[in-house]
Amino acid sequence: MNRIRTSLLSLASVLLIAGATSALAASEADYKAALAAAEAANKQAAGVRNQWTTTAATINAAKKAAEAGDFDKAVASANEAEALAKASIFQATSEKKLWKDMEIR
Amino acid sequence: MASTIRVRATSSGETTEVQALIQHPMDSGFIKDAKGETIPPHFIQQLTFEYDGKVVFAADWGGGVSKDPYVKFAFKGGKKGDDLKVSWVDSKGKTDTTTAKIL
Amino acid sequence: MRPAIRFASIGLALAALAYAAAPSATAADAVDPVADAKAFKKYFTDKFPKVKLEDFVNGPYSMDEGLHQQWQEKEQFPPYEFSLELGKEMFSKPFKNGKSYGDCFPNKGIGIRQNYPYFDEKEGKVITLELALNRCREANGEPPFSYVKDEMAALTAYMAFTSRGKPFDIKIPNDPRALAAYENGKEYFYTRRGQLNFSCATCHVQSPGERIRAEVLAPALGILNAMPIYRSEWSGMGTTSRRFTSCNSQIRGVPFSPQDDEYRNVEYYLSFVSNGLPISGPGARP
Repeated sequence: MNRIRTSLLSLASVLLIAGATSALAASEADYKAALAAAEAANKQAAGVRNQWTTTAATINAAKKAAEAGDFDKAVASANEAEALAKASIFQATSEKKLWKDMEIR
Repeated sequence: MASTIRVRATSSGETTEVQALIQHPMDSGFIKDAKGETIPPHFIQQLTFEYDGKVVFAADWGGGVSKDPYVKFAFKGGKKGDDLKVSWVDSKGKTDTTTAKIL
Repeated sequence: MRPAIRFASIGLALAALAYAAAPSATAADAVDPVADAKAFKKYFTDKFPKVKLEDFVNGPYSMDEGLHQQWQEKEQFPPYEFSLELGKEMFSKPFKNGKSYGDCFPNKGIGIRQNYPYFDEKEGKVITLELALNRCREANGEPPFSYVKDEMAALTAYMAFTSRGKPFDIKIPNDPRALAAYENGKEYFYTRRGQLNFSCATCHVQSPGERIRAEVLAPALGILNAMPIYRSEWSGMGTTSRRFTSCNSQIRGVPFSPQDDEYRNVEYYLSFVSNGLPISGPGARP
């Protein structure tokens, strides 16, 4: 899983470099905004009592990358974490109805 | 503290079947704890069962044996009501002994 | 990491199956615990016609013959014995103030496991045995124990042992809050969570007897009757709280704190639908 994720990430960054040589690399400000969004979404997930362990792990990966000065990677991880948190919120919301489908009657 | 050794020996006339359960962490020295620090090795090295002054079963163990190990074996002889002595020595030099009556 | 991928794809496949198979019933939304319990038992006895009802409490051992044999040998010298003995010792030893656990419970705490969890109408919440034990400690000026293992497991092991064979007897008092707690517990049980999108029911209703990696999944019916358990995988004892929290993290969900409302309610639900099945704890599981 990790391998796939990293290869996807590196693929993404290769595409970024190849496709947009003129675009600037992600800055610390971009990272901070992305991280704040991820953390806000994860907080919201906590509110619906359905956080995923992978969200926190991906947020940590973003922080680690930022500490190492790799803001491209940090932004990508933060974005992924935000997507994971949003998916967990979606799951919690949809399951409010769907759980009944599984019930033994 | 209660003994770390549970033992049950039953004689069928000709042979005696012995079962024992020993409470011990049996840390191999290769496992890390939650903080990522290595748990130092600590395991039973010698396990001995004696009957009538003779060793009927001896084991030289290492770190590969599970936590709270269980042993089952049988030996020829052994009379109901006689004593069976069990003892172990671990890698830190700790030891425990117990004596059980053969049933 | 590769097994995790397979795990996830199994989850997806199961999810697909579930959606295909489940009737899209939305009618009959009135809460009827007695009917639920009946349907719950019928589901399992229909699925495993050869397993006797009271044998479901033996979890995977009731599903797999080889495992059953191993278990019978193991039961002669069960791995929970040390914990059980510790529990017995702790239970009879008085606190600093001279009182003991027995003073906190009906019948001095002996043979009462089958009545927990119960709904406390004063508090309006479900009280589990583990919670009652820690409250007993705190009321007597002792610090609470961790809910997941060690001392707590030892105490509940002893209490379960003194109740072996007694059928689960969980009551839902005539109180709308009790019914709500039951219904919330049920919702929790069937709600998918975690990145792997599993609910409790995904494994323990749809797939008991199947393997998940090397383990044989236990049926949800009677699953709590065997608590606490010595799990070889943990190489130690674990309580009901430990089972719930570790299940949550295995499906990549962040577990709640032990004895949060969700866990108390799901324990209430699961125990109620297993009413009539005997307490078999403490148990040993691979």
